[in-house]
Amino acid sequence: MWTFFHKLGSPPWLYGISGTILRYLVPLTLIGLAVGVTWGLLFTAPDFRQGNSYRIIYIHVPAAVVALAGYYVMATAGAVSLIWKMKMADIAMKACAPIGAALTFVALVTGAVWGKPTWGTWWVWDARITSMLILLFLYLGVIALYEAYDNKEAAAKACAVLSLVGTVNIPIIYKSVDWWYSLHQPASIKFTGESTIHASMLYPLLLMIISFYALFTCALLMNMRGEMLARERRTKWVRKLAEDKAR
Amino acid sequence: MNTPGTALFCARLLRRQLVLAARRPVDIGNPLLFFAMVVALFPLGLGPAPDTLADFAPGILWIVALLSNLLTSDGVFRSDFDDGSLEQLLLSPQPLYLSVLAYVCAHWLVTGLLLALVSPVFALMLNLPATGIVALFFSLLLGTAVLSLVGGIGAALTVGLRRGGMLISLLILPLYMPVLIFGSAAVKAAVSGSPAAPYLAILGAMLSLAVALAPIATAAGLRISVDA
Repeated sequence: MWTFFHKLGSPPWLYGISGTILRYLVPLTLIGLAVGVTWGLLFTAPDFRQGNSYRIIYIHVPAAVVALAGYYVMATAGAVSLIWKMKMADIAMKACAPIGAALTFVALVTGAVWGKPTWGTWWVWDARITSMLILLFLYLGVIALYEAYDNKEAAAKACAVLSLVGTVNIPIIYKSVDWWYSLHQPASIKFTGESTIHASMLYPLLLMIISFYALFTCALLMNMRGEMLARERRTKWVRKLAEDKAR
Repeated sequence: MNTPGTALFCARLLRRQLVLAARRPVDIGNPLLFFAMVVALFPLGLGPAPDTLADFAPGILWIVALLSNLLTSDGVFRSDFDDGSLEQLLLSPQPLYLSVLAYVCAHWLVTGLLLALVSPVFALMLNLPATGIVALFFSLLLGTAVLSLVGGIGAALTVGLRRGGMLISLLILPLYMPVLIFGSAAVKAAVSGSPAAPYLAILGAMLSLAVALAPIATAAGLRISVDA
């Protein structure tokens, strides 16, 4: 187990294995997204109350779920980098921030588009929506802090501390719909107890959520590979890689 | 050379910070002046109708307190970082957690506490009903302590940067938001006649959490900034 953990800290090994993973994961993700979108948008029944406008759920919910999960990934990577001083964890954390920010933004925009026909307004200052906006600011804060440091090693550590501090907000976002009376509906998919969404709508949604997780993983690995090459550009293995490519 | 005990060391550190602040009374006065000026902007912008002002007063007072805290947070470690005494502090055998707490405590005493003390005056100027003033005082008392603790984290992370001022607001304003929500909610509850105690209890819980955890993050941030 520990050898695996130590291998994770080695850029050439991680670069190789992530290349292999991506070779299979990228097509799978694309298939999952394509099937999920077609299934959700074309082959499910329209909602009893909302008609066809509910279909944006197939983008909105996965983006929001993965945006929150992405923060945990970032904070965990930050913790690992602070505790074990692993360079790869630094890179993972740094790679998470723009992806998470983009997903949060997508969740907010699709939510606004959905809100217009169903609630009659683009934006309400409701607990869930406001806390998602805070999440966006947290991601952007991490990006801004990273860019502000000239010394990238210190930047990564500082971002790790910041992202760990920010985790305080994440449970609040998760629970905001249950704690406050709000316009945003509570979670329909429950791990314990009956889900309040019909199975015919649930399965494409689950497929989309899984695909978004896969998409996040792909984007994360790609981002990490780029960063790895940039940081290790003076080492032997990167040079060898470049020579092999050139040949 | 004999080293002082931890409690004595922190007491001296706190005293030093307070003496430094007292030697520059302008620095103590500035946040209060800022508070007064920004409060004065609202009647000009929103119109001087007493009812409107009374409605907005809890939010206005809390936002202005938050901003003046934010502006002063930036300088908590700045001068000690510049003259190297922060580096000496990190090298000293004293626990950094408690030293950080002394810094933050000094910051709170000269900003948050004073703000809470003068806030009833501004509350009256904004026509906040008298029932809300006690809640305002106590919510500011608890809330600004949380703000100082969280602000310390931002200050520690940005102290080594040349352009820290703008950045610190981006970093810590998202973390200030929960405090703002419950702080202004406490005042609003008191104004509308319902008990403010639950909101104050939540602020107290936030304060306990912040006292326990924020100095750890601040200490880590200081080490990073000094190393960089």
